[in-house]
Amino acid sequence: MPRMTKEEILHLGTLARIKLTDEEATHFNTEIDAILDYVSTVNEIVADYSALTKTVGPVHNVFRADEVTNEPGSHTKDLQAEFPDAQDGYLRVKKILNPDT
Amino acid sequence: MLTATSLREQFLRGDYSPREALEATTSMIKTRDADVHAFLDVYDATSEAEKATECIREMGDQAPLLTGIPIALKNNILVKGKRATGGSKILENYTATYDATIVTKLKEAGAVIVGAANMDEFAMGSSTENSAFGPTKNPHDMSRVPGGSSGGSAAAVAMEAVPIAIGTDTGGSIRQPASFCGLIGFKPTYGAVSRYGLMAMGSSLDQAGPLTNTVADAELVHTIMAGKDPKDMTTIDNTTYEPVSVKDTYTFGVPRSFLADGVDTDVMQAFEAHIKTLTEAGHSVVDVELPMFEKGLAAYYIVMPAEVSSNLARYDGMRYGTRVAGEDLLAEYLNSRAAGFGDEVKRRILLGTYVLSSGYYDAYYGKAEAVRTLMRQELGQVFTHVDAIITPTAPTPAWQFGEQEDPLSMYRQDIFTVPVNLTGVPALSTPMGTVERAGSVLPVGIQYIAPHAGEARLFDIGKRIYDSTVS
Repeated sequence: MPRMTKEEILHLGTLARIKLTDEEATHFNTEIDAILDYVSTVNEIVADYSALTKTVGPVHNVFRADEVTNEPGSHTKDLQAEFPDAQDGYLRVKKILNPDT
Repeated sequence: MLTATSLREQFLRGDYSPREALEATTSMIKTRDADVHAFLDVYDATSEAEKATECIREMGDQAPLLTGIPIALKNNILVKGKRATGGSKILENYTATYDATIVTKLKEAGAVIVGAANMDEFAMGSSTENSAFGPTKNPHDMSRVPGGSSGGSAAAVAMEAVPIAIGTDTGGSIRQPASFCGLIGFKPTYGAVSRYGLMAMGSSLDQAGPLTNTVADAELVHTIMAGKDPKDMTTIDNTTYEPVSVKDTYTFGVPRSFLADGVDTDVMQAFEAHIKTLTEAGHSVVDVELPMFEKGLAAYYIVMPAEVSSNLARYDGMRYGTRVAGEDLLAEYLNSRAAGFGDEVKRRILLGTYVLSSGYYDAYYGKAEAVRTLMRQELGQVFTHVDAIITPTAPTPAWQFGEQEDPLSMYRQDIFTVPVNLTGVPALSTPMGTVERAGSVLPVGIQYIAPHAGEARLFDIGKRIYDSTVS
């Protein structure tokens, strides 16, 4: 029976890039515990899954040649229009490399 | 009853036009949608309807098959130049920059896209209560949910605004709202329909399909949308699976022990009555055992959140969508996603992040994938002696708003639909009768499950068993 702590939920929030309020962490903690209890029944079904041969079905990943399929610049304006913050046609974001950290 | 087939007949006879059909749609939306809230956006499609009217006049029965037919699209399907919210605040002001492949195909077939249908946020939910833009109501009883996550699509057809709406189905999101709203809902074989331009939820599970009033309409629309797409490498063609035959009489398998618990008594009675209809029509009905299917829901609530946590990583407020300021880049990610996502989405992302964490992967995701393998093997066995499996689509009729507060109890509503997505087979939900709750007469559906690529068989069954009873 997995049991999580509120700190673990808050840590998961950071890993998932979602800031959680204290109240959210409390109710997610209870709910996720209950869900994990339930889904853990897969362990009873497949006690030793390494014994199962992994099979690839008829549907599997395929790759196409890495070719440019559209005229350069043909979507640029539409995509730029969706930028939350822009300057001179560039997407503006906060500093990615921070010398202080 | 509003159907694409009957509209086309009227168009070809010349006693009705696409322009008039659009007017009827617009007027129905005006009359009912303030209450039902099936639509997030209603488009001005006048010029498309004019073009369709012209096309019918010039080409007659050579006009493409959906010419002038008004349709609604779930709002996780991209239409160039239209808002695509996914039912989420994080995409509240996002405009799609290209057409999904299915949208291109529907437009080429002449369909008139009239609006965007409401949905649970990023297709996560079974009631459409998780939409960031407010719930949709069930046109059969406004105190009840329409089902979900394609609840807006279902309500748009059920309130007779459109004959066809497109939904997406990751764990039952087309079939369950079809059951709750008295409609046909079809989930194709995994890979049958391109997902290019659809917002991904569970990539090993998602498929798009129609909600309609007749099986013939569902077949028509599915046939137009299906096919291999170089832009979606998971799409299949007709050589991928063994052909599945159409027969004079079918053998249906009933997984009795699966149905023994948790199905409402009167839903089970409607199901038994339907079995009688099948045998009276000359088909055979036998009991089957699907012990792995019964464990499918547990595997689903590992696989799906895992894929959700990965697919929704793209909504970070950087290149599009809502960005909430913070002191550094990490804070902007944390803030944007905290403000942009609702509770259910957060819950599933957290759960998915957990089951994919180092050290837990084998215990959860690895085992869930093993369960899927066992389910496929079990299903293959059963399909050697039955042609289709039948279950109620959902264990209950539509419930009242707020009745399902606990996430886990809501998840249990998907028990009969998720095994279909986990194994990738096609399934069709058709109405099988009604039950009564607090004075309301509510529709309930039956689900037919066929082997991979068994689309034609399901449509044959549906047309003979269901369409023949309605006019």
